[in-house]
Amino acid sequence: MSDFLMNIIPKIPVSEGVTWAVEKMTEWFAFLFDPIKEQFGSFMEFVSGLLGSIPPVIFIIIVAVIAFLLTGKKLGLATFSIVGLWFVLNQGYWEQMIDTVTLVIISSVLSVILGVPIGILMSKSKIASAIITPILDFMQTMPAFVYLIPAVAFFGIGMVPGVIASLIFATPPTVRFTNLGIRQVSDELVEAADAFGSTGAQKLFKVELPMARPTIMAGINQTVMLSLSMVVIASMIGAPGLGREVLSALQRSQVGPGFVSGVGIVILAIIIDRLTQTLSKEKKEEN
Amino acid sequence: MPIIEVENLTKVFGKNSQLALHLLEEGKNKEEILKETGATVGVNRASFTVEEGEIFVIMGLSGSGKSTLVRLINRLIEPTEGSVYIDGEDLSAMNKQELREVRRKKLSMVFQKFGLFPHRSVLENAAFGLEIQKVDKEERIERAKKALQLVGLGDYMDQKPAQLSGGMQQRVGLARALTNDPKVLLMDEAFSALDPLIRKEMQDELIQLQSKMKKTIIFITHDLDEALRLGDRIALMRDGNIVQIGTPEEILVNPANDYVEKFVEDIDKSKVLTAQHIMKRPETIQIGKHGPRVALERMREEGISSILITDNKRHLHGYVTADDASNAIKNQISDLQEILRTDIPTVEKDTALHDIFSVIYDSQTPVAVVEEGKLLGIIVRGSVIAALAGEGEVTNNV
Repeated sequence: MSDFLMNIIPKIPVSEGVTWAVEKMTEWFAFLFDPIKEQFGSFMEFVSGLLGSIPPVIFIIIVAVIAFLLTGKKLGLATFSIVGLWFVLNQGYWEQMIDTVTLVIISSVLSVILGVPIGILMSKSKIASAIITPILDFMQTMPAFVYLIPAVAFFGIGMVPGVIASLIFATPPTVRFTNLGIRQVSDELVEAADAFGSTGAQKLFKVELPMARPTIMAGINQTVMLSLSMVVIASMIGAPGLGREVLSALQRSQVGPGFVSGVGIVILAIIIDRLTQTLSKEKKEEN
Repeated sequence: MPIIEVENLTKVFGKNSQLALHLLEEGKNKEEILKETGATVGVNRASFTVEEGEIFVIMGLSGSGKSTLVRLINRLIEPTEGSVYIDGEDLSAMNKQELREVRRKKLSMVFQKFGLFPHRSVLENAAFGLEIQKVDKEERIERAKKALQLVGLGDYMDQKPAQLSGGMQQRVGLARALTNDPKVLLMDEAFSALDPLIRKEMQDELIQLQSKMKKTIIFITHDLDEALRLGDRIALMRDGNIVQIGTPEEILVNPANDYVEKFVEDIDKSKVLTAQHIMKRPETIQIGKHGPRVALERMREEGISSILITDNKRHLHGYVTADDASNAIKNQISDLQEILRTDIPTVEKDTALHDIFSVIYDSQTPVAVVEEGKLLGIIVRGSVIAALAGEGEVTNNV
């Protein structure tokens, strides 16, 4: 009886539907995806070529100086950057690291460019917020590997699908924190902006965004860290970088190289995390 | 013509506002409407006018709707019904663009918790209003500096608000409002967050600024002392209704109902009541016209031991005592001038009760109340005590 009830509705062909939809989209939007793949791909190669052309010593010094200045002229992070990056260079993973940095920078910048405006939209409109929030939940909870499949279908393998997958996975924190930051601006300040006759744009740029800045920066920090983790996963679809080394070590079950390239990722993660964190902390203390 | 005219202004929060409006017209009160419709009445059909150059105080306890009312005036809150006219223009009929213009040019607001922008310097805060209007940088800095100097903050322009004390922060708030050179200042509990001493100082300064700049000020407060100090007229609010509008004296002396009476009960009357509220009609006789016999006779009639002497223009000359008068009769002196005593203390009619205490304490005689030398009345100790105790009617003999 219960079997009968359970079987009254046949299996809904969801997975077939999604497969079909992705196939059709690949077909219909090829005119869109192909140029993106090509233009974007060559742009990324240009960036990584640019970063790669900087002699490692100069690169390390630049990072150390930035760290020194951003942390309020303390030596800790600067020293760590020098030692850490030198270690990566010493182990022969410099090129791979530059590839990873390129992917992280590009996908983070894109995430912020997309995420901040969406966050602003959510903070201003209840309807937008109601629609976007579940989409964000979906984007964040879906296992990251799943994004790799359509990304490959649309953009083939390599850097571009890696960036796209990381974009989907890493944008939500920026959106959420931007929304939160703007909603947290005190009523009285919003009223003050209104009472003096601000237009919506003036209120946003002169009051709300500056006030929300520390919160938005915290979101961006999260986004950058997520894109780093996604860039590693994206090595499974051929994205170059340290992740690929980890993957190949895994496939050949080589503990040593796996450990060293893993440590390289950790070093990169710590430097990037601390640098972006200082941006939000600095502002908070001032307030 | 009044600069601000508020007509039938009503705000109902929540759904069912139309039904709530209907019930309001039927005379239901706030609680009944909340129960029936779930809507909260913020302000119920408030009507009043504010004259140019006046300090109009709206006072009430928290939840009385006073903050809602002031936000209805510049439409930070959209009214459910009713209109606000500024310079004869109907604010509630304006589109966003026109409304912004009015907020930029005619109305400025000062906030309870100052509402300063923490990421901007004091000078940039003060210049905010002009920046919004896209005034040239040089001009807006110039005008903001002037406003800051006016409130005594000329030396703090480059500080961030968080570096200043509460009183100074509110001066920045005031300067920011003044920089726009608005016609009307809306001050929402502007001094409530300050400690009592600073609050007094700010009140005094506001009165001074007001006499200099002739701005119209609508001042919201929950503090009756403050209302009485600042207000040319006061509107008392309760549960969204305006209960009474009047001068401070009118409200103290003739509370419109039990609520107002209760409200003013606790007030330190010695600071508000003045000589003219407690003085009595004086018994006088005229010098040159009457002699000691008349004086003594009048004193006996009234049961008093001394009587004031004036001339025919009611200028006060002094007093005579009953003893002196009877001695004069015995000694056949007929001119009051010879027994006239002049050591009678005088106060002006608007001297505060508080300041009369010491005068009357040291004096053997009643205190005379004069205006430009003319006698208006006298104050005896009994009436001072009666006024302080708030007993019965405080009679006004003017």
